[in-house]
Amino acid sequence: MEPLNNKQLSTPKLYLLTGLILLAVGLLFGISGAIQYLVPDYLKEHFSFEKIRPLHVTSILFWIILGSTGGVVSYLQQYNNQKIKYPFLLKIQYFIFSTTILAILIAYIFGFFGGREYWEFPPILALPIAIGWILFIINFISSVKTFRNQPVYIWMWMTGLVFFLFTFIESYLWIFPYFKNNIINDMTIQWKSAGSMVGAWNMLIYGSSIFLMEKISSNKKHGHSIVAFALYFTGLFNLLFNWGHHIYTLPTYQYIKHISYAVSMTEIILFSRIIWLWKDSVTTAKKHFHYAAYRFLLAADLWIFLTLLLAILMSIPAINIYTHGTHITVAHAMGSTIGINSFLLLAICFDILHDTCIPIAVNIKWLNRGYWITNISLFIFWISLIIAGILKAKWQMSASPEPFSVMMLQLRPFFGLFFIAGTIMSIGFYLILYPLIKNQIVCYINQSKIK
Amino acid sequence: MASDLQKTTVAVILIASFLAYTCFLYMSLPIKSYATSNACIEGKKTWQNYNCAACHQVYGLGGYLGPDLTNVYSKRGPQYIQAFISNGTNVMPNFHLSNNEQENLIAYFKNIDSSGKSDPKTFFVNNNGTIEQ
Repeated sequence: MEPLNNKQLSTPKLYLLTGLILLAVGLLFGISGAIQYLVPDYLKEHFSFEKIRPLHVTSILFWIILGSTGGVVSYLQQYNNQKIKYPFLLKIQYFIFSTTILAILIAYIFGFFGGREYWEFPPILALPIAIGWILFIINFISSVKTFRNQPVYIWMWMTGLVFFLFTFIESYLWIFPYFKNNIINDMTIQWKSAGSMVGAWNMLIYGSSIFLMEKISSNKKHGHSIVAFALYFTGLFNLLFNWGHHIYTLPTYQYIKHISYAVSMTEIILFSRIIWLWKDSVTTAKKHFHYAAYRFLLAADLWIFLTLLLAILMSIPAINIYTHGTHITVAHAMGSTIGINSFLLLAICFDILHDTCIPIAVNIKWLNRGYWITNISLFIFWISLIIAGILKAKWQMSASPEPFSVMMLQLRPFFGLFFIAGTIMSIGFYLILYPLIKNQIVCYINQSKIK
Repeated sequence: MASDLQKTTVAVILIASFLAYTCFLYMSLPIKSYATSNACIEGKKTWQNYNCAACHQVYGLGGYLGPDLTNVYSKRGPQYIQAFISNGTNVMPNFHLSNNEQENLIAYFKNIDSSGKSDPKTFFVNNNGTIEQ
């Protein structure tokens, strides 16, 4: 079997490296987008927000997708103590994904859109992504061999893989007139798929995080415990049925909203568990804090707490009518994708890539600074969005609201704070990403020289 | 430790319920009448081709740089919309849409407007936390 931290740039590491580069690029697009909130004329004619936003969103989404793929394959190989069944399929999948992502970004730059939120590229480009994902599922199932007596992370990976494909296909049902010809039907199915898809990639990332935690703590029992499976089934229950909280204000069936409200409240179980285990978490944190990978797991733990609290509140319809359509939902999305998804994926990246060519200890000082800068500025970034959201909610509920442009001017100080915190956060991320990316590129060059 | 049979049973029940729920929803979508004009269908295409959802919302879903456009048709009227589309604003570029594209887009806004109200002030809250319009 290929050792985990050897000096080869293997295909799973290539997935992680490409994901990290996309994160770096996505942050730049994010800063450009934030500038447009402050200076609306900035790049308006040639690179306006309808191009910048999808460039940012797609880069970050594919960081999550490629990072999850690299993590799942690497850990599956470690778990099985042998290589993935079809390495060539993994390479084909990588080739398909990387060329499609490039084509998507070029399409945005030239103004070709499919115009659906999150998947804003022309629908034809969804086809290679679906094909690549099917190859991934074939490879995974062939490598796992049996599903008997498997730990929870194998269940989570399998769930994430299958439901990502299902929801991805579902998100393209709009191409059929039956679904697309009425806005209410279209939006009901669009948010059904989008809501569940987030749960699907969370399954992939959380599964890998549980594997990593087991590895750090050397406790192999957790993955088989009743608690782990109870939490997995709570997560699955929410993945399948809680998507309706996105569309409480849409005039669709009431039962969709009631089911979603009831199911979302089961997340209180997950929230309570975090509080229950808080003391243990702090003790474990002190013990393992010197591991770069563990630090990111710890940061993600804090962000799960904050984001879950916000998510539970937003899932109550009586509160949702205030938060819906405001920057509070952006705060929730940013808390999830940066604070949870990205931090967990960075933990996985540090575990898999940390000593590939140059020991990470060489850069530990800058890495520490990057870690704290990112976390503190993310918190300020998150708070500024929540305050902007509260002010917008007040405007939405006002009996005689001022014009939209006046309201946006009043929010400008918080957009300014959001921009400054976002820029500092990106600098923090670059301090973290630099050693990881440089390390892999050095490896790649060395590898090429040997060949 | 739970047995494989117990875990599989729970998973099968959940997934089967989800599939039944999904099939039921696909077959009984909330809006039965699809009397949508060609202009509206083309307008939706224009909305997507220019990625309008990056900045604008419909029923509160979309980007937040521009306003929610669900009921812009009844609140502002077609001339107001056309003036914005054909000239752009301080924030929104002029996309140089053809007359045909502008008319289709306005037909699409009219269609969205007729589907319901997105204003959160039109909802009232029940004691159990649910909302109604």
